[in-house]
Amino acid sequence: MKAPATILLYALLSFVALLTLAPLVWMVSASLMPTGDASAFPPPFLPSRVTFAHYARLFTNLNLARYLFNSAFLAVSVTAISLVVNSMAGYAFAKYRFRGRDPLFKLLIASMVIPSQVTMLPLFLMLNKMGAVNSYIGVIIPGMASVFGIFLIRQFALSIPDSLIEAARIDGAGDFRIYRSLILPLCKPILVTLAIFTFMGTWNDFLWPLIVMTDDSMYTLPVALANLSLEHVQDTELMMAGSVMTIAPVLILFAAVQRHYISGIMAGGLKE
Amino acid sequence: MDGKRAVILFLGPALAAIGVFFFLPVLAAFALSFTDFDIYALGNFEFARFVGFKNYTQLLTDPLFWKAFRNTLEFLLIGGPLSIGVSLGAALMIQSKLVRWKGFFRTAYFTPVVTTLVAVAVIWRFIYHPRFGLLNYLLSFVGIGAVDWLGDQHWAMPAIILMAVWKNFGYNMVIFIAGLQNIPAELYEAASIDGAGRLQQLRTITVPLLAPTTVYISILTMIGYFQLFSEPYVMTQGGPLNSTLSIVLLMYQQGFRWWNMGYSAALAFVLFAFILMGSLVQSRIQKRWEAS
Repeated sequence: MKAPATILLYALLSFVALLTLAPLVWMVSASLMPTGDASAFPPPFLPSRVTFAHYARLFTNLNLARYLFNSAFLAVSVTAISLVVNSMAGYAFAKYRFRGRDPLFKLLIASMVIPSQVTMLPLFLMLNKMGAVNSYIGVIIPGMASVFGIFLIRQFALSIPDSLIEAARIDGAGDFRIYRSLILPLCKPILVTLAIFTFMGTWNDFLWPLIVMTDDSMYTLPVALANLSLEHVQDTELMMAGSVMTIAPVLILFAAVQRHYISGIMAGGLKE
Repeated sequence: MDGKRAVILFLGPALAAIGVFFFLPVLAAFALSFTDFDIYALGNFEFARFVGFKNYTQLLTDPLFWKAFRNTLEFLLIGGPLSIGVSLGAALMIQSKLVRWKGFFRTAYFTPVVTTLVAVAVIWRFIYHPRFGLLNYLLSFVGIGAVDWLGDQHWAMPAIILMAVWKNFGYNMVIFIAGLQNIPAELYEAASIDGAGRLQQLRTITVPLLAPTTVYISILTMIGYFQLFSEPYVMTQGGPLNSTLSIVLLMYQQGFRWWNMGYSAALAFVLFAFILMGSLVQSRIQKRWEAS
């Protein structure tokens, strides 16, 4: 009785896995095809001859190294800054008692329903006045703190026993010392999860960098790729190489840390 | 614990950043939506004048806005349930007792979620290619003639929806899996001792116990799908004949291409109003469920 159901289930599961992975495998394959190969009928799945010419062209003629640097620099900066800012705030909300704490926290949570697009016009005007349009600062500023990050860390820090903190205080540790030497190490799992979320979110972000980065040399990979794909519509293999270069870093990171990433989403989903 | 200085030190940076670069712009956007702020005002703010509700009344009579509104709603009302359904189906399959290598399938299905949307849109634009695309090639085996997916105003939005489902279902699937793992196994054991079949167990145990998870996922999905932008920007530029123009794409074009920032700000607030209404409706549903 059980065998046919099992076979059917595996067939269906494998079919869906094929559907989810095929476009990505095809992207890699097409990026290695000689120019014009992909534009044939029936569409070839494997290159007739492997070439790295498109990758070479991306680096030599199309400034790819610069976009890679911009994306990496911004993702690392936003991650580092927001981790510090959010962890301090999350800890304070979890373990300090002060007037107005709960209403303030509720206000922040409620503000999550406001889509970030609402802030973009005034933020652009503000940055324009500050001279920060078309600069790294322009992308970093709105990413410095996030309510979601504060929320995640607060939930985690709530589970740290007060007695640990009291003991450190009796030993003569100051507030900042406790945060740095006790709280941060204890919060490591959630910090790692949040770091991955932030890094990937910043790397994949499109609308805001598209607005702020007006000069070609400041583009992030997604912005550069969108531009490239609208200008070189015919050059499929080149665009696929560009897509590989955009996706590969996050995929490699994901492969390395997928357990953290997925369990982070599960935890977030259950706590609501 | 108390310590005023420590609280200020720890909370100060976050609250300053969120206050100045989030709450302040929200208020400013609200003010902006009542002005005729345009490219001239960009050079000198004094050129912007208060115009009352003019942007909002203009918006209500703008056929382009209604087009964008209908398109966004179509994306949301078809793509949302479709992707949640696929997520649930995938989660149920992976969590089935009959299946091993759960981790492999979970990771495979999740992979599109972490990829860059812009790059994915570039790939799918070619999968949808009318002459050389993989999709038309596969369809030719079942006797379906070539469709110009992104060039046909009736097919462009369904094509974008299909791609979005492919890209997104893994995220909600993971949350569903977590929800399924939270259902005590004893419930199923008791049910099968009572003679309940598998389908009956699904109906009487799994579905009701997953209800809170489903509401949470629906809110997340709705908020995300309302903000449709990158897919049409890269794949169709809102075309053909504005059939994939979304509210955020219209907002972007009005605000940052034509610099009609007052009008664009009004659009942003309409988007906010929709998201707020949707969230309130869904949390009302959640409360009713919890009460019963």
